[in-house]
Amino acid sequence: MSENVDNNKRRLLIAASAAAGGVAAAGAGAPFVLSLMPSERAKAAGAPIEVDVSGIEPGAMMSVEWQGKPVWIVHRTQEMLDILTKHDAELADPTSEVPQQPEYCNNPTRSIKPEFLVVLGVCTHLGCSPTFRPEVAPADLGANWAGGWFCPCHGSRFDLAARVFKGVPAPTNLIIPPHKYLSDTRLMIGDDSKGKA
Amino acid sequence: MMNLLTKLVGWIDERFPLVSMWKEHVSEYYAPKNFNFWYFFGSLAMLLLVIQIVSGIFLTMNYKPDALFAFNSVEYIMRDVQWGWLLRYIHSTGASMFFVVIYLHMFRGIMYGSYRKPRELLWIIGMIIYLALMGEAFMGYLLPWGQMSFWGAQVIVNLFSSVPFIGHDLAILIRGDFVVSDITLNRFFALHVVAIPLILVLIVIAHLVALHEVGSNNPDGIEIKKHKDANGKPLDGIPFHPYYTVKDGVGVMGFLIVFCAIVFFAPDMGGYFLEYNNFVPANPMKTPEHIAPVWYFTPYYAILRAVPPLFGSQFPGVVAMGIATVAFFFLPWLDRGKVKSIRYRGPLYKAFLASFVVSFVGLGWLGLMPSTPTYTVFSQILAVVYFAFFLLMPWYTKIDKCKPEPDRVTFK
Repeated sequence: MSENVDNNKRRLLIAASAAAGGVAAAGAGAPFVLSLMPSERAKAAGAPIEVDVSGIEPGAMMSVEWQGKPVWIVHRTQEMLDILTKHDAELADPTSEVPQQPEYCNNPTRSIKPEFLVVLGVCTHLGCSPTFRPEVAPADLGANWAGGWFCPCHGSRFDLAARVFKGVPAPTNLIIPPHKYLSDTRLMIGDDSKGKA
Repeated sequence: MMNLLTKLVGWIDERFPLVSMWKEHVSEYYAPKNFNFWYFFGSLAMLLLVIQIVSGIFLTMNYKPDALFAFNSVEYIMRDVQWGWLLRYIHSTGASMFFVVIYLHMFRGIMYGSYRKPRELLWIIGMIIYLALMGEAFMGYLLPWGQMSFWGAQVIVNLFSSVPFIGHDLAILIRGDFVVSDITLNRFFALHVVAIPLILVLIVIAHLVALHEVGSNNPDGIEIKKHKDANGKPLDGIPFHPYYTVKDGVGVMGFLIVFCAIVFFAPDMGGYFLEYNNFVPANPMKTPEHIAPVWYFTPYYAILRAVPPLFGSQFPGVVAMGIATVAFFFLPWLDRGKVKSIRYRGPLYKAFLASFVVSFVGLGWLGLMPSTPTYTVFSQILAVVYFAFFLLMPWYTKIDKCKPEPDRVTFK
C-alpha cells in the first residue's frame, strides 16, 4: 500500500484543502470580529450638540458632554490671553504644528474667537480628564504655574490654549473639536459645516 | 459495601482510565522529598481558582452588566442579598490574594531555577496563565462601574491607542465604542465570566500535565530522576499522595486563616484591595483627583509612567511596560548559570535577584503614588534595575562563581 502513495499529490491536496479551509475560517470569523466594532446606535450617539456660551463668567469654564466625552468651553479674560504669548519656550508645540485642531483654530489662541476656547477635555496621554486650574502659582503646582489644566493621572500640564508643556507624559496639545458659531452666543460642537466629526 | 465500590470502580475503569489517571497524577506521582515553604503556592493558586470561580458564579446571579444598573446591583449584593457581602468580599479578596500567591509562586520558580531545561514549556504555560490572569483581573475590575473601574479601563484601553497606525481603530475595537461605555462593560462581562475562565482552566490543566511529564524541580535544583531504585522510582521522590496532599493541606489551613482575617476584618485593605474612589459611581465627565491601578499592576504602571514620550508618541512607555511583563518568558534562555538553584549560585546572581525584588516592590509602591518629578526619577532608576536583571542575565549568570551541586537532594 504505502509504496503506491503519491506524496506530491497528497501534499498538494493537503495544501489546497488547508488554504480553502483557511479562507472559509476567515470568512466565518469576520462577522464575529465586526460585531465588536461600534454598533449603529453607538455611532449615532456622536451627533453634534448646541451650547449657549453667554452664561459663562469671564475666567470660568463650562463642561458639556459630546460623544460621551467632556468638551470644555473657557471664557478667557484679557490677562489670560496675555499670558499665552509669554511661555512659548516651555511648550512642546507652541505653534500647533501637530494637527490637533481644525485649520480655522490653528492660531495663537487656538480658537475662533480669542475669548472662547473650545477644547476636548481628554488628555492626549491616556485619556484622563485633566483638572481646570485657572489660579496663578498655587502651592501644589509651583510658582511658574500661570493657569491651565493639570492631569491628575500622570501629571501632564497644559496652558490656557490647551497646549502641552515640555517634559510631561502627554505628547501633543489637547484636541480642538470641530465647532462653529450659530450666532454670537450659540455654539455648535461637532459640526463646522465642513463635514461632521 | 466495599465490594460494591470496588465493583463500581472496576466498571468505570473498563470504560475510562480512572485508576491509571489517579496513579499517574496523584498516588504515584513522585515529587522530590525536600519541598519547603515555597512549594505551597502552586496548590494555593489552584485553590484560589476554585474560590474565584465558585464565588463568581454566585455573584453573577445578582449582578447586572449594564451601565445603568451595574453599580447599584453591586450595592444590592452588598446590602440586600443574603450573605451577598460575603460572596463579594471573598471574590475581591480572592483577586488580590491570587496575585500574592502567583507572585510568590513565580518568585519560587526564579529562585530555584524551575524554568530551566527541561521545564521551559512548563514555565511558558505558567506565564500565559499569569497574562490571562491579568486580563481577567482587569476586566473584572470594570464590572462594579465605579470611578476607578471606569478611569482605570479608560487608561488601559488607551494604551492600545498609542500603537502606531492601527492604535486608534484597535482601541475602538476593544471598547466597541468611542469611549468606555455600556457596550464595553457588557463585553468585558462576557470575557470575564465566560471566555477567560474557560481558557484559564484549560491552561492550568496543561500546566499540570507539563509538570507531571517533566517532574517537579526542588530547592536544590537537581534532577531526582538521575537516581532510581530497582522499580524505576526516584530514590529522592515520595508519592504526591499522601505526603504532599497532607502537607498542602497544612498550607491551605494557614492560607485560609489569613484569607478569612482579610475578608472579615479588612476587606478593602486600607484602599489597596478595594479602592475608595470605586465606591463612587462611574462619571465619564470627571477624572478622580488621583488614580492608580490596583496594587498588582502598579510595578508595570510605574514603568509606563517612567518613560517620557518620544517623537510625540506615548508608545515607547507602552512598549517598555509590555517588555517588562513579557521578559519573564525569556528567562529559560537568558540564564546561562551552571546551577539552577539559588543555594548553589554565586554572590553576583544573589545581588541581582535581590535588586530585582527591590525594584519590583519599589515600582509597585511608586505606581500607587501620585506622579511627582522626584518619584519619576526614582521610577526611572528602578526601571533600569528591573530591566538589568533580565538583560544582563546571560552575562552575570555565566561568570558567577557557583558552588558545586550535591548529587542527592539535601534533606534534614
